[in-house]
Amino acid sequence: MKINCRQASRLISQGLDQPLSQWDHVRLRVHLWMCGNCRQFSHQLQVLRQSARQAGRGE
Amino acid sequence: MISHADLEAELGYLQRYALAQLRDRDAANEVVQETVLAALESGDSFNGKSSLRTWLTSILRFKLVDRLRRKGKEVLFESLEDETDDSDFDGLFSKDGHWQDKIKAWSGPEESLISRQFWEVFERCSEVMPRRTAMAFVMREVMGLEIAEICNNLDITATNCSVLLYRARMSLRECFEIRWTGEARA
Repeated sequence: MKINCRQASRLISQGLDQPLSQWDHVRLRVHLWMCGNCRQFSHQLQVLRQSARQAGRGE
Repeated sequence: MISHADLEAELGYLQRYALAQLRDRDAANEVVQETVLAALESGDSFNGKSSLRTWLTSILRFKLVDRLRRKGKEVLFESLEDETDDSDFDGLFSKDGHWQDKIKAWSGPEESLISRQFWEVFERCSEVMPRRTAMAFVMREVMGLEIAEICNNLDITATNCSVLLYRARMSLRECFEIRWTGEARA
């Protein structure tokens, strides 16, 4: 079944911590194809992670 | 040899790092002191290949993780039910679960600023975050620990851990956005 942005945002976050189930992975992929907001959100969480890791290394 | 002046110059940074993790000024100062003493004792092992800050940070991280293992489970937390409820983000979504507002792209310069402003924004943003939520974020995103280890340190399930991280990421993303646009969402 298709997911909404709120569910997608949870899956995007989860995917940063552990591999998603195959089904969740597919549902998220399809949602991201259609949804620019969620693509942006996903990108920003990645940027946040890179920045946090850099800050953690003292850079 | 490390010069005391160089060490002293890094104290502020180390304090902020420790404070973000422990949320307790006395505990943070204690860990920073341990770190500085350990650094002075083992000064010879600083080979100058990495920056002094990077080297000190790696000692501090080790001390922080060690402290969490010993004390993490004794710390008093808010109730986990409150922390694992994400209804406070209801305002960001419409009833049918779509984003209420368009998510604006961050510009290149903004993105490169994040790591420089990271601690400053994190410190302010995490003040309103439940303690465990902030700790889970630091362990995962700053220290790069795996979920199993974080669950163990905080004595929570993987599912709860995942909700804490979601909440922390949502809040921080919002904090950076507010900083740049100068306005909060209604």
